[in-house]
Amino acid sequence: MSFQPVKFYQTGTLTVGNRLLAQDERSVQANQMRSNSINSGHRACQGCGEALGARYAIDAAMAESNGQLIAANATGCLEVFSTPYPESSWQLPWIHSLFGNAPAVATGIAAAMKVKGRNDVRVVAQGGDGGTTDIGFGCLSGMFERNDDVLYICYDNQGYMNTGVQRSSATPPAARTATTMPVGPEPGNVFGQGKNVPEIAMAHNIPYVATATVADLRDLEYKVRKAMQMRGARYIQIFVPCPLGWGAASHDTIRLARLAKETGMFPVFEAEHGEVTSVLKIRNKVAVEEYLKPQKRFAHLFGKHAHPETVARLQAIADRNIRKYKLLPEGEN
Amino acid sequence: MLKQTEGSKAVAEAIALCRPEVICAYPISPQTHIVEALGEMVKAGELTPCEFINVESEFAAMSVAIGSSAAGARSYTATASQGLLFMVEAVYNAAGLGLPIVMTVANRAIGAPINIWNDHSDSLSQRDSGWMQLFAETNQEAVDLHIQAFRLAEELSMPIMVCMDGFILTHAFERVDIPSQEQVDAYLPPFEPRQVLDPAEPMSIGAMVGPEAFMEVKYLAHAKQMQAIELIPKLADEFKNIFGRDSGGLIRTYQIEYAETVVIAMGSILGTIKDVVDEMRAEGHKIGVLGIISFRPFPLEQVRAALIKSKRFIVLEKSLAVGMGGIVATNVRMAVTGSGLRGFTAIAGLGGRAIPKSSLHKLFRQAEQEELEPVTFVDLDWAAVNKQLEREKQTRRSGPIAENMLHDKGIVGVSAKFG
Repeated sequence: MSFQPVKFYQTGTLTVGNRLLAQDERSVQANQMRSNSINSGHRACQGCGEALGARYAIDAAMAESNGQLIAANATGCLEVFSTPYPESSWQLPWIHSLFGNAPAVATGIAAAMKVKGRNDVRVVAQGGDGGTTDIGFGCLSGMFERNDDVLYICYDNQGYMNTGVQRSSATPPAARTATTMPVGPEPGNVFGQGKNVPEIAMAHNIPYVATATVADLRDLEYKVRKAMQMRGARYIQIFVPCPLGWGAASHDTIRLARLAKETGMFPVFEAEHGEVTSVLKIRNKVAVEEYLKPQKRFAHLFGKHAHPETVARLQAIADRNIRKYKLLPEGEN
Repeated sequence: MLKQTEGSKAVAEAIALCRPEVICAYPISPQTHIVEALGEMVKAGELTPCEFINVESEFAAMSVAIGSSAAGARSYTATASQGLLFMVEAVYNAAGLGLPIVMTVANRAIGAPINIWNDHSDSLSQRDSGWMQLFAETNQEAVDLHIQAFRLAEELSMPIMVCMDGFILTHAFERVDIPSQEQVDAYLPPFEPRQVLDPAEPMSIGAMVGPEAFMEVKYLAHAKQMQAIELIPKLADEFKNIFGRDSGGLIRTYQIEYAETVVIAMGSILGTIKDVVDEMRAEGHKIGVLGIISFRPFPLEQVRAALIKSKRFIVLEKSLAVGMGGIVATNVRMAVTGSGLRGFTAIAGLGGRAIPKSSLHKLFRQAEQEELEPVTFVDLDWAAVNKQLEREKQTRRSGPIAENMLHDKGIVGVSAKFG
């Protein structure tokens, strides 16, 4: 993010209160006039990372577009928990069409705004990882390739949670899902499969690609606002833990998101026109076990029938991310 | 203005006159010339303001149209065959959302075996999707129906397919009267959406609906099509006032007075049928024609009224309800329930099989004599079919059916590879 020299007078922690920032540097969520685009009262689970991520992302996009924003939503948890008529949480014009077409629907909305001369109205599309990296991937790639004026936000909870926790191409290796059960000699999801959609997005040479987590909400807001200052196809993948799907405590959502970043399992970076321009450095590097152990989807890797070699393979993935994205502070990579 | 032009080009000009604001294009034969021509018009600045989007699939084409239509832009696309099937999920969705998208379907067979030629299997497969379907008999009618289609779709806020026979119409050069912009503007007002994505008035479109209201929403789609039964003839009348032509409507009859036998069909084959009927009339046969323009909504009362004084009918259709018989015929039978009329189904022209006058003469005479089976397959090569059936009895690994047919029919030089 655009680092302002802020002095941490207070506690020596890594947090800083809004009170210490100038008005225009304060977070969108801290502003009483925020749009509250996804209103309270929706049906997300306790501790839902996706609800939190969507709230911050869409409110930030609303702030940046002066409230002139239209959203297209893929089928999935976000769509279901936020809407059933007549209880829509959405305080902005919002359309749900299908599971696999949110990027194309957004393209259509953007085209309509262009033809009507409404350049002030901006368009976001959003979906979960299943709707993005699997079933909606053709439409997503088409939208990227045409450089349509759409910000696509993927809320990545690493599986098909709405349908009952099945594997997606964003599910990590070894994870238990309903379709990658922890049985047999190689329990859980297989190694060597899956899609890295941020990197695939970068390969389209689109103006902006970023990853973020719900553990760094200022960073998330900053990336959404930055994306909204650009035109053309933009992609942000937000890491959103799913307590239900991951078998994790509701109060661990933020912690798990932070651990995913601090282990290197989920590199947090931004890229412009296919080149990485910044990474969020790891502050306190931890071993992957700390991230894996609080999640029941990895429980088969520990305990009586532990799979230390599998944990080592996951650590190798994290280490590779750390090397590739230079995630450690200068001099430590 | 009268022009000697290709069907696709004429339709493209008609679409342009309707001032579409978003056009989604994906190539599939035989509709491609339409979007090619529109793309050129947009790029040349002749059609403006309009966004022409080269999408990555038909699924995206319909999805982009859903987005643009929901955002208040008049939206158009064209497809055929596999393309229509590839977008089916979005086709149903557009109707469910009540978005008045207009789509040309250049009717083409559905594979396998892959086949680019004309029949009506593609759009008829979408008969229950909630889209209206109008079938053009000529290129002039294709032009006129497109103009009427935007009016109809937008008045009802429901999507519509204008169906024209692939190649037979899309690629035929003939004389077409292209209306003036003033005429079209007088007929077709700007699009005023019933629902629109607008930051000034935020609303949610497409949210989940449970059992408590789903049936009512679906019934309302049906109610819209029932309204279309009333509206389609009115729009055709209004069209005639401005353009001076009879075009559109629900059905069109030909030589039907005092007809004892009525031939029913849709699309360009009606031309051939009328020629045959003229010849038979000249010989004293009491035979007439009923052309169905509006397949959805299906004009049950009008079809019944047209048939009720006859003794029998034969539906000649370029589609097949596998395992049952005819699709159009089933609809017609519904229309004449309890009338005692004898009805025959003739499946013809699948995958572009020519339907010659000689075959129709024979077929219609058999119909007059009521010598037909309930379902007849016109010009089917029974020898080839029976040979394959026998082969399958004799040999477990009997091989690809389509290739065997070509061998058995002598089209491939050597005898069948398998038995």
